[in-house]
Amino acid sequence: MEPLYSIMPLIAVLVSLGVVPILMSSRSANVREAWTFGAAALKFLIVLSMLPTVLEGRVLVCTIAEVLPGVAIRLRVDALGMLFALVASSLWIITSAYSIGYMRGLKEHGQTRYFCFFALALSATIGAAFSANLFTLYLFYEMLSFATYPLVTHHQDAEARRSGRKYLLYIVGTSIGLVLPAMVVAYYLSGTLEFSGHGFLPASSSPILLGVLLFMFLFGFAKAAIMPLHAWLPAAMVAPTPVSALLHAVAVVKVGVFCILRVLTEVFGVELLASLNLGTAVAYVAAFTIIVASLIALTQDELKRLLAFSTIGQLSYIVLGVALLTPKGITGGMVHIAMHAFGKITLFFCAGAIFVATGKKYISQMAGIGKQMPLTMAAFFIGVLSVIGLPPTGGFVSKWYLVLGTLPADQWSMLIVILTSSLLNAAYFFPILYRAFFRQEDQSRNDVAVGEAPLWCLVPLMITAVGCILLFFYPFIFLRLAELAGS
Amino acid sequence: MSEHYPALLVILPLLASFFISAAGWFRPVLCFPFTVAGLAGSLLVSLGLLGDVMSGGPVSYRFAGWDPPWGIYYRVDHLNALVLAVVSVVGFINLLAARSSVEKEFPEKAGPFYTLYVLFMTGLLGMVVTGDAFNLYVLLEIAAITGYALIALGKGRAPLSSLHYIFMGTIGASFYLLGVGYLYIVTGSLNMEDIARLLPPLYESKVVTAAFVILMVGVWLKMGFFPLHAWLPNAYTHAPSPVSSLVAPLMTKVMVYVMIRMVVTVFTLDFAFTFLGLNDAVVWLAVVAIVMGSLLALSEKDVKRMLTYIVVAEVGYMVGGFWLGNSAGFTGAVLHILNDALMTLCLFLAVGNIVHVKGNSRMESLPGLFRTMPWTMAALVVGALSIIGVPPTCGFFSKWYLLLGALEAGHYGFLAALLFSSLVSVVLFFRIFEVGYFEPLGGSHGSAHGDDEHVVREAPLGMLVPLWITALGLILVGLYTGEIVGRVIRHAVPAMML
Amino acid sequence: MEDILRLIIEKYNYWIYITLMMIGLYAIIAKNNLVKKIVGMNILQTAVILFFVSIGVKRGATVPIIEHAHDGAHHAIRAAEYINPLPHVLMLTAIVVSVATLGVALVIAIKTYQRFLTLEEDEILKQIREP
Repeated sequence: MEPLYSIMPLIAVLVSLGVVPILMSSRSANVREAWTFGAAALKFLIVLSMLPTVLEGRVLVCTIAEVLPGVAIRLRVDALGMLFALVASSLWIITSAYSIGYMRGLKEHGQTRYFCFFALALSATIGAAFSANLFTLYLFYEMLSFATYPLVTHHQDAEARRSGRKYLLYIVGTSIGLVLPAMVVAYYLSGTLEFSGHGFLPASSSPILLGVLLFMFLFGFAKAAIMPLHAWLPAAMVAPTPVSALLHAVAVVKVGVFCILRVLTEVFGVELLASLNLGTAVAYVAAFTIIVASLIALTQDELKRLLAFSTIGQLSYIVLGVALLTPKGITGGMVHIAMHAFGKITLFFCAGAIFVATGKKYISQMAGIGKQMPLTMAAFFIGVLSVIGLPPTGGFVSKWYLVLGTLPADQWSMLIVILTSSLLNAAYFFPILYRAFFRQEDQSRNDVAVGEAPLWCLVPLMITAVGCILLFFYPFIFLRLAELAGS
Repeated sequence: MSEHYPALLVILPLLASFFISAAGWFRPVLCFPFTVAGLAGSLLVSLGLLGDVMSGGPVSYRFAGWDPPWGIYYRVDHLNALVLAVVSVVGFINLLAARSSVEKEFPEKAGPFYTLYVLFMTGLLGMVVTGDAFNLYVLLEIAAITGYALIALGKGRAPLSSLHYIFMGTIGASFYLLGVGYLYIVTGSLNMEDIARLLPPLYESKVVTAAFVILMVGVWLKMGFFPLHAWLPNAYTHAPSPVSSLVAPLMTKVMVYVMIRMVVTVFTLDFAFTFLGLNDAVVWLAVVAIVMGSLLALSEKDVKRMLTYIVVAEVGYMVGGFWLGNSAGFTGAVLHILNDALMTLCLFLAVGNIVHVKGNSRMESLPGLFRTMPWTMAALVVGALSIIGVPPTCGFFSKWYLLLGALEAGHYGFLAALLFSSLVSVVLFFRIFEVGYFEPLGGSHGSAHGDDEHVVREAPLGMLVPLWITALGLILVGLYTGEIVGRVIRHAVPAMML
Repeated sequence: MEDILRLIIEKYNYWIYITLMMIGLYAIIAKNNLVKKIVGMNILQTAVILFFVSIGVKRGATVPIIEHAHDGAHHAIRAAEYINPLPHVLMLTAIVVSVATLGVALVIAIKTYQRFLTLEEDEILKQIREP
């Protein structure tokens, strides 16, 4: 069907960008937070308004500027982009609420700056979701890298500085050192960078060159944290928890994975990858990351670091699913973007809530915390189920599709990887739950009994937990979008 | 009127210089308005010329009606129309920002300063517009001599740096003149197009080769092409800020234009690329320039001095891009003349603001600058992103063309050097940002500096507005790259490269 | 040997200008005193001027003024008898440029002296390093 010209995608990107000057000029915290909410809600509504059109199988297009011959800054809303944008924009609302609770609860400094760059980062995320070509994607990818730097280093202490350096080194170093040359080569080979359903790279190019290109893209988008370029993610956990939650479980890492998905399906194309057997190669890299990340997670004591390593593993599920190159696998990988987002954000919210209420960061300190914070830990339990992939949570749906995807591809080894890693997930999550619910609190150090975190923190994490369960019963929108994107 | 544009371009600022210098004696207040008037005139004329060239093709002008090759002949095609616009825009924006610095640093020398300023602009504009090789030498010296004097206005060791610049600049200009002399011996002409017409049968002559080599060395010396750059960092660092932000963006860029003009129009690509076959060697020199410029910048502790080494590296971009000898490389080099002039202007203006408030631009005076000078630092970030090459700032697009050109030419050394220097730029600028952002190191939840504490101590509005015009210009030029390349630069690409 | 000798003798003007240029370059690079450097710079410029002037010389030729007969008819123009005036004319401009450069350089040298109370470069650099 003909693409539909519309400026709605542009507005969706600009909403959060436009709110930045207002945020900067507002002196009162209440006004600032009201605007943040307003922008978040507006953005979600705009994205939602485009959903019916996309579900009909049509795409919306908006060209901003033709910058190079054959390359424009262009936005295009298709099924995959819509899936990602829905997840990101809906979670922004919830995270805004949570941020307010968290930042106020801890009396953080620089809140204006925090909300400004948060809004910028969201603009970049939606922009990346709606990118119509590799160049626009790169533009928003870089914008996101630089917009999140002040968020990662929010505390402005020596540790934040170290982590910030690591973050930049990995993210910007790879994007300039690998993605940029790969993009130039791709343009040189094909004269365009426009995404297309069958890929735009000419199949006649040398297979070795294509293989090198693929791996330059795969490792170049280091936000996807594919090993060995994962070390920035645990380091970036020094950021305030809402940042970790949204950016490092949802926006930043998912943008990385999203870029890889675009490259696999719309730069190379499934047929080309299958004919060169490159899908299997990518799948092995992803499988390696899944297993190793899960093993490292087993050894972690700091809750946020454990979640970071869990994220690294889960991201590679998405890559793995698409690299299987079977329809079910691609659907599973894409839906996993949404399912993992809800599950992981719940877990991060819980970690933050525990920190706000008790100041505890380490798992070893969390004995008996389930009794003090029953609601938080119940939500944590649901999040754990979803990340492991057990019913009745959304995580089960995506994992089911992933497993189905391995069968027609005869990738038994991949099936084993998925099942093993699920076991490993359970192995590193259940001890936390056990400690929280069944172990007695360390009496000697306990002075005051603490209760739940403030409502601003508690409500969002309840919502996302409920979301995890609802996604098990009603995954249809995401499934439909993923199937549209995969076909 | 519009047929006299090429002459007016040079005459307007030249006339203005008399009025300014007179006003400097009698009514110093009038100096600035006269300067603005003179440069605004040449700005309008150069934009008008660009419009004319875009709609009607190249424009030529005979002084006093003398036909070439006897009379002085000005010719404006797509290439120099673009460079003229860049030079006059940069010179004008910087002039607006210069006023506050002049009032603070040397109010008693306002008259001489503005006189030299317009004369410098006269020289640069003349160099770009002229179609006569000897005329170019004279205008080159006008720009250079005024440049020496402007740089010597600085504090501390500025006169010494300026003297070194004089020595190197004079050697460069003398070499240029010598090269023109050899050309004159074999062709008997000074008109660029006339020389180009007469040269082809003489390619075998060793005199032409000697002329070419001597001329190139002279031009490279003037543009600070590594390893002939030694004068540049000192001269640009010790100059007063409004001078640094004038000379650094323009002088090197105009010399790059002169190099392109000499090779393309006078010697022709046939001679330089096919007959001499020097291109590969020169691109490797450019690779060395880029790598060394970046590395030397890393070792600097003063922001302004660091920027001068970035200028050295950027000269390597343009020289290398041009000598790749293909359409993409040429486009990249010419686009980079435009972009780099704006980027360098943006960065030097930002540093000028820091110097204005803090007194110097050393790393020690940067801590906490994001808090106290948010607007300046934000513009510095935009400029830095452009140097690094982050879209949609314009720096990305020229780098893109240069990368594409390197790939087409199969010159992977140049490709690697470009990427290397981008990565080094990330380190360079984030070192500055870290200091400005983190220090003094706050506590873990530093409630000591809460939101309500506003200790903003910014540069005056007269310096901020030009800075922000430039910073926004960086993004706008980036977004309109397609237009600029499609409507101007594409027509400037020599036929042989297509 | 003979060839080289002939090369030197026949093209002596080139040898002179190159020698002068090298003297100038040597002074600029090697001399420690700033005024000596300026003198070297001026020698360099003069060498180039000399080069231009020497290429315009033609033995036995005259100034290119075409004499008109009283009845208005032209004499035959014999180009070989005239000197090309252009290189000499150009050098008028170049001399002006070199004088201007010299002036600016000397003024800046004076300013340097006022600031550092010496014209020896190594002493100035020492002062800069140990303020």
